[in-house]
Formats: sequence, structure tokens, C-alpha cells
Amino acid sequence: MALPSYATPGQRSIYYFYLFFCGFVFFFLIAPLIAIVPISFSKSPFMVFTEGMMTFPPDPDAWSLRWYRYMVGICTDKTLTTPCSTKWMYATVNSFFVGFTSTFFATALGTLAALGLSRPNMPYKGIIMSILISPMIVPLIITAAGMFFFYARFNLVYTFTGIIMAHIALATPFVVITVTATLVGFDTNMIKASQSLGARPVKTFFKVIMPLILPGVISGALFAFITSFDEVVIVMFMASLDQLTIPKQMWAGIRQEISPVILCMATCLVILSIMLLTTVEVLRRRSERLRGIKPR
Amino acid sequence: MEGTISNGTQILTTDGIPLKVSLRKTERKNKIRAFLLVFPLLLFIVVTFVVPIADMLFRSVDDSHINTVFPNTFEEYAKWDREDLPPEAVYKSLFLELATGEGIQVGKALTRMNYSKSGWKSLIKKTRRQVKKIYKSGEEPSSYKQTMIEINKGWADPTFWIAMAQMLNETTLIYYWNAIDRTYDIDQKVIMQNEERRMYVKTWWRTFKVSIYVTFFCLVLGFPVAHLLANLPLRYSNLLMIFVLLPFWTSLLVRTTAWIVMLQQKGVINGVLVWLGILGDDQRIQMVYNMTGTIIAMTQILLPFMILPLYSVMKVIPKSHMRAAQNLGAKPATAFFKVYLPQTVPGMSAGGLLVFVLAIGYFITPELVGGKDGQLIGHWIAYHLKTTLNWGLCSALGSILLAVMLVLYWLYNKIVGIDNIKLG
Repeated sequence: MALPSYATPGQRSIYYFYLFFCGFVFFFLIAPLIAIVPISFSKSPFMVFTEGMMTFPPDPDAWSLRWYRYMVGICTDKTLTTPCSTKWMYATVNSFFVGFTSTFFATALGTLAALGLSRPNMPYKGIIMSILISPMIVPLIITAAGMFFFYARFNLVYTFTGIIMAHIALATPFVVITVTATLVGFDTNMIKASQSLGARPVKTFFKVIMPLILPGVISGALFAFITSFDEVVIVMFMASLDQLTIPKQMWAGIRQEISPVILCMATCLVILSIMLLTTVEVLRRRSERLRGIKPR
Repeated sequence: MEGTISNGTQILTTDGIPLKVSLRKTERKNKIRAFLLVFPLLLFIVVTFVVPIADMLFRSVDDSHINTVFPNTFEEYAKWDREDLPPEAVYKSLFLELATGEGIQVGKALTRMNYSKSGWKSLIKKTRRQVKKIYKSGEEPSSYKQTMIEINKGWADPTFWIAMAQMLNETTLIYYWNAIDRTYDIDQKVIMQNEERRMYVKTWWRTFKVSIYVTFFCLVLGFPVAHLLANLPLRYSNLLMIFVLLPFWTSLLVRTTAWIVMLQQKGVINGVLVWLGILGDDQRIQMVYNMTGTIIAMTQILLPFMILPLYSVMKVIPKSHMRAAQNLGAKPATAFFKVYLPQTVPGMSAGGLLVFVLAIGYFITPELVGGKDGQLIGHWIAYHLKTTLNWGLCSALGSILLAVMLVLYWLYNKIVGIDNIKLG
């Protein structure tokens, strides 16, 4: 990638412009995520960098944890008029509940389906695959409209059951895709070997297949979890007023009271996504090593 | 499966069944087994996702509700020759059905009638109370026609009655016409909507325009980055990949909020520009709550969807190609345009289509940073779903959007294949 020593000045300047441009794009991608972190520790009731935060040495009066206290529902600070409640914590509990439940079902259903789809004798593979992936492809607003009308007929709107069903449907494509990818190059002789040694199908599944596809299943589950955990369009239409989730509360926060509490939650979510990203990357490499694929 | 040769030509298994039959049987058994594994999810997706979407498509042309509220009226109406005013029988059945109809159902029907001709709703609402009173008193009017005209002169206006013909069928295209700023006049000819109600065509164009801009910017920003990532040694590119994957994994709302923080008038970008002395404190640029904000935020949010397919294509282009071209005398620019660029076309088309398709269906980001003139079509779908409850129009808008998506995905499938979608 380095420039050859015989490069002309013109080539050199193009090359440095290219590097600068790439640097700018990386900055563009990551800067918004970084910028919110310091503001979440601000003392000001607005989402801005205050004068005090820019000075050096740091001015301790400009920084505070007050918005984090707000987020977890500690409302001892009476000097501010910003509404303070346990809503954020309540939303967090709901989000994890909906997320875990949907992930569980999505992973179970998606893994089974991926196992079926990877068999060489699966009939109508193309069309079934497109149906299974379609929830990922159709814009959420269309999905939300369709589901709202339909679920309303069965009194499923404004219930957690309805939301979870919708989230399972949205999350399964990710599980199907990741597990199918893990099953590429899966040595089916191992199943035959296990069965010829007398293992029943269930035992073969848990002792032979599962350990090999586990990395794929876990990354699929993480994708499923983040899909449900982040999802706001369906929740906006299908959840009742008091069925808060984090994205819904953030949405309401941005629309009504723009306060740094939103940024505190955003910071927590960025940390969560860093953790998830790291896990998925580690798993992907492990899976490639297990299957004997050298990293490219 | 051990086969024994017998009868000269036919191969039999040890059980004496011809091998062909036995194989076919096993094959079918395997097929059923594979299908049974997929079946639970398939059933679930069909019930919770495919059927609701189909239901929405059906709803976009459905016009049966009003026929269930006023069944006799429409039956009598169909017999009318559309000359002058309808006969007594039509008035009578409408009178009785208004008096006995269930409030909510009548209300829904009125909303529908108003889409065909405005004024229906107020006319019937004004009449209904009187009608109920007369009905309750038990006395039967000598002429229902006269009574209704006495209650409100609107009943003598034939245009209302003629407009009713639009609702005679149980299916209608009115919502689709409404979705592109057209409507029926009373003779059921397609005409333009009133000036102040024309907003959908404008929004459709804006949706396409924003999507094209976003796709273009993603391509311009994504191409060099994907190239850099594909050509750096693995240990650097893996590290830089985090810059692409972290936004990809971060909540959409977090990224949207972050852009509000960056772009608002007292925001980070304006702050930096003022601090550098490029802008005066009173010259801060309005970058958010308009189309600029929508385009900037959507570009950043969708950029990973451009970089990742481009990267996977560029990764497998041998580096020797560029060197070979230059060896044969091509200038670096020529080598790039004639040798390298054509090989990245699959990646560009895959990334471009993916970004475009995601962009036209976007809702959250435009809604939050778009302000008044940055709204895309998703805004109206949500608006009719939640606020006006005009579900027919909501479904029609959704169906058109869905049709556009399907065409684009069909193209995508032709170019890269739908099962080539990779994550991370």
C-alpha cells in the first residue's frame, strides 16, 4: 500500500489526499459517537459543550454525574425543572425482557431452520429462503403498518405478546443468515460418524453439531438481541403508553425534552455495542479457526 | 444401501425392493426431514409477517366496510337510474340504517364517504340526531325523502348521491389515486387533488431524491475507505474495521441523537467553526431539522452498508492486476479506470442498491432530524396509521413503497443474489 520511491510529486499528493480523505471518512463515522460521551457528563441542562468544559485545566464545576443520577431515577437534585422519574430504568427492564424473550425464540427457530436449509435435499430452498429473510428486507414502517392492522384483529396490539412476536419475526433472518454461514463447509460425515457409533439424533445434535455451530448461533443470537433491543418503529405503534422500552423513551426524549439524560443512555448503549461487537468478532475468528478457514 | 443383482437388469435391495424405489423413498424421507426443520419458522413468519403484509395489500383496495353499514341503501341505490334525485326507497333505507346503525361503524363509514366527497360527514352528522329522534318517536313519516330534505337541504343536492356510486363496489382504487395526489370527481373520472392537498407526489420525489443523494455520498465516501481497508495489511485493516463496524452495531437512535448534538445551532460543528473564526457567532448554520440534516445523518448511518460489500469485492481483486497494467505502459489513472474500477462494479451495485433500498424506507432518522422539509414517505405512512386513521391511504402508500422495494430487490437478486448478504 505504501507509495513506491519513484512516485512523482503528483502521485504523492494524490496519495496523501487519498489518505486524508479516508481519515476524514473514519472521523465522520466515529465522531458523532465520541462527541456524545463528554456531553453526557455535563452539568448544563442542554446537549452542548459548555465554556467550562473546554477550559484547561478542567473546571470541576462544569462536569457532573447529575444526568446519570437522573437516568437511574435518583431525583434528589431539586434545582432543575427537568422531569425526573424512574421511567428510564423501567424502560431498561422492559427492553431487556423483550430482547431476551425474542432472542430465545428467534435463536431456537432460526437455528432449526438453518439446519434444515443447509441440508442438500431441502426442497424449494430459494423461495423459502426469500420468505424467511423478507422481514429484514421490508422497511420497518411497512412491517409496522401491516402488523398493526393484523394484530389489532386478535387484540395483540398494546400487549407484550404482540411486540415479542413482531420482534421474533424481525430477528430470525439474522439468526438464519449467520447459522447458515457457519454451516457452509460443515462436514456432514461427522453426523454419519456419530450416528454409526450409536448416538441418537438428539444426542448427535447436542454433542456434535451444536459445539461446531455454536459460534454462529451465538453471533446470530447477538444480532437478534440487538435487533429487538434497538427496534423502535414497531414498539411505537404496537406498545401502549406505559409499555416503555429504551428506544421508545429515547424517541420521546428527543421529541419532547431534549436533556442530556438521553446522552447518558446513549453512552451506555455505545458501550453495550462495543461489547457486542467484540464478542461477535472473537466468535467469528474462533469459528473460522474451528472450521479450518484461514483468516483472509 | 446394499444392492444385489437379480433378474438380470433390475437392481434390488436386500429387502427385495427395487433400488430405484428404495432410493426415491429415502430421498423423499430426507426431503421431509429437512422441511420439518424449517417448517416451524416458516409457519411463524408466514403467520406473523407475510399474512399481515398481505392483509395490508388487501386493505389498500378494500371498500367493503361501508357496504356492511348501509347494505339496504346500497342495494336500493344500485337500482336507481342516476337521474335527478334517488327514489323514495333509497331515502327510506338510508333513514332507517342511520337510525339503527351502530355509532362507531357509522362514524367509520362517514370518514370513508368524506374521502369521496367532502361534506358527507357533516351532512350526515347534522341529520342523524333528528333522524334518530323521529325514529324513536315511533311515527312513520309519510315521505322519508321530504323529511330528510326538511332536516337538511343537502339531501336535495344530487352531487352527494352521484358521488356515492364510487363506493358501490367492494374494492376501490381511490387510495392509490390519493397516494399520487389524484382523486375521483363525482363522475368517477380521475382528476388532480385540490392544490392544498397535493403533497404525496412531492414527498415521493423527495424520497427518491434523498435516497439518490445518500447513495451517491455513500459511494463517494465509501469507495476509498473500502479500497484502503482491502489493501492494508490485516492487522491495520482489522483495527480500522472497528470504525466501520462500531456505528453499524450502535443503536439507530443513538446515532440520530448524536447527529442532532453535532449539527444543531449550538452544536459541535457550529461551535468548532465559530471557535476557529470561520463563522461569526451570529452566522451559525442551520444544519439540522431540514433536508441537509437528513442527508448527512442518513449518509453516516448507511455508510457501513456500502463499505462492507465493496470491501468484500475489493478484497479478492488480485493486486497484481494494477501492476500488470502499469507494466504494460498504462498510467496509474488509466490502469485504475480500465482495470481496477470495472472489477469493483459488482460491489458498487450491491452496496448502492442496498443503501438505496434502505434509504427509501427510512422513517426514524428523517422524522427526528428532518424537520419540516426533510420528511420522507414513511412519515405519511406513520401519520395516516396513527393520527388520521386513514388506513386505506396508509396501506396504499405502503403497498407502493413495497412494490418499489420488490423491484429493486429483484434487481439486487439478479446482480448479487439475495443469499449472498453477509453480516459483519
